[in-house]
Amino acid sequence: MNEKHMKTSRKGQTILFILLIIGMTIASSAITGFNIVHGIATLPEALGWIFSNLFITQESLERLPTILDKLIETILMSVAATTTGTIVAFFLGLMGSKSTGTNKAIGVFARFVASVSRNIPVVAWALILLLSFGQNSVTGYLALFVGSVGFLTRAFIESIDETSQSAVEALRATGATYFQIVFKAVLPQCLPQMISWILFMIETNIRNATLVGILTGTGIGYTFDLYYKTLNYNAVALVTFSIVLAVILIELISNHIRKVIL
Amino acid sequence: MEASTYIKRTADGRISIKSGSPSEKLIAWTIAALAALTVLAFLFFDYTGLDLAKAIPETIYNLKTMFLEPALTHFTWGEAFYQVGITLGLAFLSTILGAGIAFFLALMAATNLSKAWVSKSVRIVVAFIRAVPTVLWVLIFAIAAGLGSEAAVLGMLFHSIAYLVKAFSEAFEEVDKGIIEALRATGANWWHIVVHAVLPSTFTYLLSWTFLRFEINFSVAVAMGAAAGAGGIGFELFMASGFYFDLREVGMITYMILIFAIVLEIISTRLKGRYFPAAAKN
Repeated sequence: MNEKHMKTSRKGQTILFILLIIGMTIASSAITGFNIVHGIATLPEALGWIFSNLFITQESLERLPTILDKLIETILMSVAATTTGTIVAFFLGLMGSKSTGTNKAIGVFARFVASVSRNIPVVAWALILLLSFGQNSVTGYLALFVGSVGFLTRAFIESIDETSQSAVEALRATGATYFQIVFKAVLPQCLPQMISWILFMIETNIRNATLVGILTGTGIGYTFDLYYKTLNYNAVALVTFSIVLAVILIELISNHIRKVIL
Repeated sequence: MEASTYIKRTADGRISIKSGSPSEKLIAWTIAALAALTVLAFLFFDYTGLDLAKAIPETIYNLKTMFLEPALTHFTWGEAFYQVGITLGLAFLSTILGAGIAFFLALMAATNLSKAWVSKSVRIVVAFIRAVPTVLWVLIFAIAAGLGSEAAVLGMLFHSIAYLVKAFSEAFEEVDKGIIEALRATGANWWHIVVHAVLPSTFTYLLSWTFLRFEINFSVAVAMGAAAGAGGIGFELFMASGFYFDLREVGMITYMILIFAIVLEIISTRLKGRYFPAAAKN
């Protein structure tokens, strides 16, 4: 007797859900001034423009050394922000994890720091830091650093919680000290997982570095912005392609590492 | 005669307990490489105009002003919520359109539902799209389609599609083979299989992935507002910090973004715990 009732209420729910989505879409279009029909209609035109204007010419290739220089700076910045962020995030992760945390208050504090630094967008950090650090690599580095700490702490807490519960208990029973537990049980077990997260963070940071660069005037983002504003679209294309190649290359490397270690 | 099992010994004759498996070696190499790159990075940084002795206390002072004395000066509360609404709207539109398009592309990309060459080519295109940072897509569309919400939504749409195609196609590939085979045996065509087998068993996954993407798109929309002038609260943040140098307003806007982001994160964590028990466990 219930089956029929359930079916109709389910149908009602689906309809309600679809209506809700449609309503929210209309409301969002109204508030943002986005015309879906017009938006989709401009897509082919925009793609056509991209294919007819964004290509690399001989002239833009002459700028390659400058672009590569900035690209390397950006990659180094992302790696540095990730690795230094890892060190901080590792300790915060130890404090925040249920299996290795020593004090509840410290655990809550660690998770709070992680949540705040992660949920304030990297852009906001960049703008805040720009005020006193000025336009240089350190501003970009610090903005990426704060975001990395937030993200990695959350990831590390999850990895530590998942992998090392029983090993930590066993070592604790033998009377091992805290640091013996961390270095003999937690670290070896979580290391592959952590490296995987670190590699993922580096990939993300390189993409974010472009964004941060546009705002803080550093690295490849600034180079892009410069050519973009001077309407040098062939150079814009070259910058975009060099970023794409760098990101894909780093993804391939980290996928290979992941395949071996996990 | 030598023993048939080879035992590795250290220089002083003790048995080495480090197994030295390929994965351990690679981990060691990765860590060494990352450490070396980090040192290199600090050597090659561009330190123009940086005075750490001045910048650090100044930042601490700025942060104190921002977070302890937040206030709105250039616009009212009503306008502030309206701007957040714009940001949420941009995120929502690009997520929902992205999810719709990604659904069909993911069907093409899933190896169990599509031909090998189709799935491979979709994956390559998607990987390329994902490699271009969102802000570049938005800026490129801004030249082609004119600056504004259309460029922002289209640019963010590209990335959402690329992200969701990957997530959706993985969900589709986990659909029980038996169900598809059974349906095929009864003579069901491709659409029947999608509508009656694939969609019902993956629907909740698709929804949670879409919501996760919405959470990401919110912070992306903030960033697009600031970097590409797409409007919304991000643009106000950019104006407050870069144009008016109004720290109190920067603080207030940051708080607003933070509150919305945390609410979205709590919802998505709940969804994850409910619909991805497997993912939450391993």
